[in-house]
Amino acid sequence: MTTMQHEFTADRQVERKRAWSNWATGMLFLLPSLLLFGVFLFYPMVRTVYLSLFLTDSQGVPIVFVGWENFLNLFQSTSFQISAKATALFVLYTVPAGIVLATALAILANQKLRGIGLFRTMFSATMGMSVAASSVIWMFLFNPSIGLFNRILAALNISGVQWLLDPQYALLSVSIATIWMNTGFAFLILLGGLQNIDQSLYESARIAGVSESCKLRKITLPMLSPTLFFVTTVSLINAFQTFGQIDLLTKGGPMESTNVIVYSIYKDAFINYNVGSASAQAVLLFVTVLVVTVLQFKIGERKVHYQ
Amino acid sequence: MTLTVSGLVMVFPILYAFLISFMQGGEVLQGSLWPETFSLANYVSAFERVPLLTYLWNSLLVSVLIMAGQLILCSLAAFAFVFTEFKGREWIFYLFISTMMIPWEATMVPNFQTVQSLGWLNSYAGLTIPFFAMAFGTFLLRQQFKTIPKELYEASQIAGISKLRFFTGVVLPVAKTTITTLAIYSFLTAWNMYLWPLLVTNNEANRTVQIGLKQMQTQEIASDWGVVMAGVVMVILPTLILLFAGQKRLQEGLTQGALK
Amino acid sequence: MRKVELKGITKSYDGKQDVLKAIDVTVEPGEFFVLVGPSGCGKSTMLRMIAGLESITSGELALDGKRANALTPSERDLSMVFQNYALYPHLSVEQNITFGLHVKKVSKREQKERCKEVCGMLGLTDYMKRKPRELSGGQRQRVALARAVVTQAPLCLMDEPLSNLDAKLRAKMRSEIRQLQRKLGLTMIYVTHDQTEAMTMADRMMILSDGDVQQIGRPLDVYNNPANTFVASFIGSPPMNLIDAEMKDSVLVADGHWMTPVTAAMKQKIGSGRVTLGVRPEHISLAKDSEPGFLVQVANVEVLGTETLVTFDFGEATQWIAKWPGQSSVQPGEQIRICVDDRHLALFSAEKGERIVCEAAPVKKVSL
Ligand SMILES: Nc1ncnc2c1ncn2[C@@H]1O[C@H](COP(=O)(O)OP(=O)(O)O)[C@@H](O)[C@H]1O
Ligand SMILES: [Mg+2]
Repeated sequence: MTTMQHEFTADRQVERKRAWSNWATGMLFLLPSLLLFGVFLFYPMVRTVYLSLFLTDSQGVPIVFVGWENFLNLFQSTSFQISAKATALFVLYTVPAGIVLATALAILANQKLRGIGLFRTMFSATMGMSVAASSVIWMFLFNPSIGLFNRILAALNISGVQWLLDPQYALLSVSIATIWMNTGFAFLILLGGLQNIDQSLYESARIAGVSESCKLRKITLPMLSPTLFFVTTVSLINAFQTFGQIDLLTKGGPMESTNVIVYSIYKDAFINYNVGSASAQAVLLFVTVLVVTVLQFKIGERKVHYQ
Repeated sequence: MTLTVSGLVMVFPILYAFLISFMQGGEVLQGSLWPETFSLANYVSAFERVPLLTYLWNSLLVSVLIMAGQLILCSLAAFAFVFTEFKGREWIFYLFISTMMIPWEATMVPNFQTVQSLGWLNSYAGLTIPFFAMAFGTFLLRQQFKTIPKELYEASQIAGISKLRFFTGVVLPVAKTTITTLAIYSFLTAWNMYLWPLLVTNNEANRTVQIGLKQMQTQEIASDWGVVMAGVVMVILPTLILLFAGQKRLQEGLTQGALK
Repeated sequence: MRKVELKGITKSYDGKQDVLKAIDVTVEPGEFFVLVGPSGCGKSTMLRMIAGLESITSGELALDGKRANALTPSERDLSMVFQNYALYPHLSVEQNITFGLHVKKVSKREQKERCKEVCGMLGLTDYMKRKPRELSGGQRQRVALARAVVTQAPLCLMDEPLSNLDAKLRAKMRSEIRQLQRKLGLTMIYVTHDQTEAMTMADRMMILSDGDVQQIGRPLDVYNNPANTFVASFIGSPPMNLIDAEMKDSVLVADGHWMTPVTAAMKQKIGSGRVTLGVRPEHISLAKDSEPGFLVQVANVEVLGTETLVTFDFGEATQWIAKWPGQSSVQPGEQIRICVDDRHLALFSAEKGERIVCEAAPVKKVSL
């Protein structure tokens, strides 16, 4: 009996050792990622929140604790209000239109035709285009004197528009360029989603003699909804994080009409050296993205049909 | 028909950039759509006026480094999530998920300070290391690894093969396709990075090609659209080729990652 | 060759419910031991505990007399064949077979030689350079076998290795595996849900149900003397016919009209009250004119060439099956007179279904 107990404890010891070594191996595999997430994501996130409660010097070193003051200042500043409005409008302009466009293109490109591969390539091409390169091209297209758009308008006898220089049009212009830039990625994923739909659904619909538009409403869109949901979430998050095209096309102008939040953070932190205010804005950005994602999931859960 | 029109509209800006890069200054100003002769003069002048070759090299190096780093870290982490069992694994998994909720841009100020204090400004380390860990890539690979039958792992346990050897000898080769997909995605994203290189590089020796474009556009050569477009073409050519080569694979891989 | 002892082995995944309950069994060196039972009864769990892939909740596992509870799978020096074969899809047949041999410090040259030898043994020589996906199901199965054999481990575990093959190939592989095991002198623990496999392959078998051992023994002993109604209905195809019966005076009455007299000894064992009565299909025959028999209505007839299966209604809710040699011309719907060879009657207690052992057979037949 005692030897059995003895053996039993010996086993437990070996097992504990093994559990520990399992833990160690697992952690070893995870450590590089955890370390980098810690240093370059979790720590800076905490630090951002911390900095948002301070006045800082031009180096970003916190000097005086001011509590909510940075936030209060923000809410009172017209500049921030404009920035928030620009961000909201930008999201509103780009996300729905972008998704509708990408979905339409994906449905078009999901036909079984000869040479359809070429069109798929054409539609996904913007995925390979950097923000910088795309912005330069659109800069040229928007050019008031030699750009394509004003030339077309001129040919129609309509006077030209100062696309990027007119506060009325600048945000819209940047949005159009952005929709184009983001189409490739959304298209690619939506096409994948379409191709995952079970073909037999369409076959049975055809046997039942259902019309094309009904097929679209009753089969394609519901079955595509998980993919649409994913694309919407990603597009939303991306839209809130837009920076490159603003920096290259408008620099936040004219009259701050395109000063979206990330650009505003960038300017405050690296040009005006107002790190406290930049951090407060970053915190607001974080909270906004979080709320939008959570809302999105809450709504999505009810609307999405998983297969 | 709709297909053709929309296809042309979508690629027109890219095509146009190619065409302009072959035009002479006058043609651009007149607004022609087709160059009279396909002259490479703009390319020559682009390489002369900005150190485009250095930028391209930097971008290539940075992208390859980020790609390699991400592949290694993501596959290691995904392996741990699928093939090791230990206390706290679930918890760490939720930690990984939570990283997707943090917009990277919200953390750029302290990140800049960190990189600065590490002395990594204007260095490849500063440009690449912060991006090595990636939750999306980890999930994508985790999905793939989960399709590997667990009996494969058990068979190797019975044979006495170590975890590391099972990882390199079985898991990685079996998941080759998905890893390639992730590699393409990583490279594309890294090559196209804009904000971070803008923050952490301020000299020509370390600048990436995207920032080089900004430089071209803001310098006096900006009015010389042919030269600028030649620069644009040099920037987009590598990624476009990569995209065309890997489009199908990318689409399948990303869909797999997107849905669950 | 290797002896495997399980002493009071219990397994629980969630700490509440026992998937395996106090298993006691010894597998002798060189024995072909089959673990059989319906799916979900805990066979794989038991095998995986022996392999070291699953922890042992309580009890002791001993290999060659030495406690092995805490050994890693590779320290136990055994080989295993999985139901899905677990072949590495990116490696050729040859690489699959030799993968992992380096751990056992086998030189490259010997790896090649051993691989050649087992491939010869299993008829894989022509496929050594192929990938698993370029092989048929049967060939994959052989590669899995080769991989187990090549390690020269004295103990081999197999978990339903044949269930992905078609019936014909399965029959062929049964015999091949058995021959291989004999030739190499392996101790084999073989899991299956198929009682035919158990009957045809086993030296000894263990019948599991719901984590409980029902019976351990040689196939024919189990067949002839099932320990309880579960074993009786699980082993044998078609299974043993069972019916509730009641002791009245000194006769057993089943379904109100079929009676069989019992000896005094039996009567004593049974006591009074209810029992379950069992008859193997081959012990039911058409009654000859002189024999006492009783009338039943035929519900279905399956003629298999060398034998005929006759399903008939027995009482209100029961159907029995009789198995007769040859090709019978009985038609469904027909009334036939059958007789039961009551020397082979099996009796089980009504509550627990345990067999009531009776030495002497009843003296004479009386029916209806
Ligand atoms: N990993 C596990 N976790 C929890 N329960 C399990 C696990 N594996 C098996 N079981 C349960 O244990 C019982 C026996 O399973 P198993 O040994 O696979 O049966 P068999 O191989 O005889 O079909 C089943 O009820 C099953 O649900
Ligand atoms: Mg099983």
